Amino acid sequence: MARGTGTVDAVPRTGAGRPGRGAGGSAVGTGPLPPQQLRNSDTWRVSLRKHWRLYTFVVLPVVFLLVFRYVPMIGNVIAFRRYRPGGSMFGDEWVGLHYFEMFIGSKPFWDVFWNTVILGGLTLAICFPLPIILALMLNELRSRLFKRVVQTITYLPHFMSIVIVAGMVFQLTAINGTINQIIEGFGGEAIPFMQRADWFRTIYLTSEVWQTVGWGTILYLAALTTIDEQLYEASRIDGANRWQQTWHITLPGIRPTMMVLLILNIGSFMAVGFEKVLLLYNPLTYDTADVLSTYLYRVGIGEGGNYSFAAAIGLFEALIGVALVVTANQISKRAVGASLW
Amino acid sequence: MVTTNTPDITAVSPATITVKDTPGYRVFRAVNGFVLVVITFLTLYPFVNMVAKAFSSQAYIAAGQVNLWPRGFNLTTFASVMGDSIFWVNYRNTVVYTLLATAIAMALTTTFAYALSKPYLKGRGVLIGLAMVTMLYAGGLIPNYLLIDALGFKNTMWAIVVPGAINVFNLLVMKSFFDNFPKDLEEAAEIDGMSQFGVFFRIVLPLSKAVIATMTLFYAVQFWNSWFQAYLYLNDRDMYPVTLYLRNLLAAATSTTDLGSDTVQIQANVQSVAMLLTVLPIVCVYPFIQKYFVSGVMLGSVKG
Repeated sequence: MARGTGTVDAVPRTGAGRPGRGAGGSAVGTGPLPPQQLRNSDTWRVSLRKHWRLYTFVVLPVVFLLVFRYVPMIGNVIAFRRYRPGGSMFGDEWVGLHYFEMFIGSKPFWDVFWNTVILGGLTLAICFPLPIILALMLNELRSRLFKRVVQTITYLPHFMSIVIVAGMVFQLTAINGTINQIIEGFGGEAIPFMQRADWFRTIYLTSEVWQTVGWGTILYLAALTTIDEQLYEASRIDGANRWQQTWHITLPGIRPTMMVLLILNIGSFMAVGFEKVLLLYNPLTYDTADVLSTYLYRVGIGEGGNYSFAAAIGLFEALIGVALVVTANQISKRAVGASLW
Repeated sequence: MVTTNTPDITAVSPATITVKDTPGYRVFRAVNGFVLVVITFLTLYPFVNMVAKAFSSQAYIAAGQVNLWPRGFNLTTFASVMGDSIFWVNYRNTVVYTLLATAIAMALTTTFAYALSKPYLKGRGVLIGLAMVTMLYAGGLIPNYLLIDALGFKNTMWAIVVPGAINVFNLLVMKSFFDNFPKDLEEAAEIDGMSQFGVFFRIVLPLSKAVIATMTLFYAVQFWNSWFQAYLYLNDRDMYPVTLYLRNLLAAATSTTDLGSDTVQIQANVQSVAMLLTVLPIVCVYPFIQKYFVSGVMLGSVKG
């Protein structure tokens, strides 16, 4: 890891001065004090003087987070302000809720809104339960070699670039691709899948299942190993069969994991695979494929340059996402006692 | 170190100590095994098909005769893709971007995670909160785009290598690793007169090779695979990463609305070769790194 160490080395040198100034320029004389001697009651001045070296580690990351994560958050004010090309990234004059009224009253917006809800809902309904089922199936295997082979292969798609996945989708659904060969083999007629709006959701979901389900089993398989073996033994003595054991021991055992992942899935409900849709859709399939994120990309950057309007839609989408995750978290906390925070 | 801290998910499953199977359960197990074989085959099929097409001649692909095995075996497609100088320029860009972005990301993530793992760091709670909030919301597409524009990063490689520098999930995984780092070692070194820099660079880092390797791979795969940043911010074809080269190849092949003809298939073998060369590095290292990814994910979920 010589390279890694070398680059890490650069950080304290560039940021070394700052916390020292914060400590009143008296950063010298830090003795080899065991850190534990410092209690929470220490003042900032004392803490900075004793640990200025540690604070230098924090400077660059904090600057990074502020510039590249928090400035864009503040940048959302552009949704309430008019943007002038070449002007400030925060816009030039307040226009209130003008851009929100604009999209609330537009039909194309509601079309993509419902597309998003449908695609997000289908993704949640299919991509959330399948990893649980696959994990349970893997759990029934006795051959460790077989299990490992299945795991290794089903994890692989997770590491593929979305561009590669899109390329595979195009090839398999092409007019001369494997799927159409099968259809023709059964006497059917080849279907130009990627040009047909009514096929888009199926194709999107299939590729999503292919890419995410195997990797999704990891946390469940980990949770399965933590279930107490004695529970199974006791239930067998009571005459429970394998199915009853699964229903009464295994599933309750992985319920906390299920709830946490469900909440996370609900949180990303509105943010349906933007990049994948962008790669897979085309004007012929907009009817079912166009979602909020791709729509705002087009009106904002792709074609329109209407930044404020697009930012307003993005903010709306994000607010729904946050509201969903908070609600799901509260319900889960009340109902089953599992929650993210 | 990482692997010992996490449960072994390949551990013996409850089924192994079942004394006697009912006939129904035996049938279930046979069906279960069969279904898993089918799932494995279906997962692998797109890869197999891609490799088959990469080595096939256009005529067979256009006739719809290439599935599992190459037909009309040839290497001329490889030669033509590899002979395209822009492909290699873009491939080299991907390598450069991945190395640089990973180095920046590791520098920031490692130092930040180490500092955050120290309970005596005053303001630690605020800093952790600062990072965690960005997991929930990171600003959205338009403000990020305007920021990169305002910084003057557009059409420079900084737009690609800088904005992904701190992945909060990776940060939390590293932090939980440093949380469990033996305190005695650090204290002993400090008593011997080593500064915190010395402790970090000469004690902690050398003993954290496993987690550093894992995180480096996490980042490297992420940056290798990314294309959208480049699509958004780069205008110059010579600066594209190979994923964007591939994306444009796909777009060119599918842009025509007339699909009765074999517009898609004309380039199918070229696409396959470009795809194959793009995934090759990942597929090659994958068998060796898979367990690190698995343990990294679990470390993050258990502690983070």
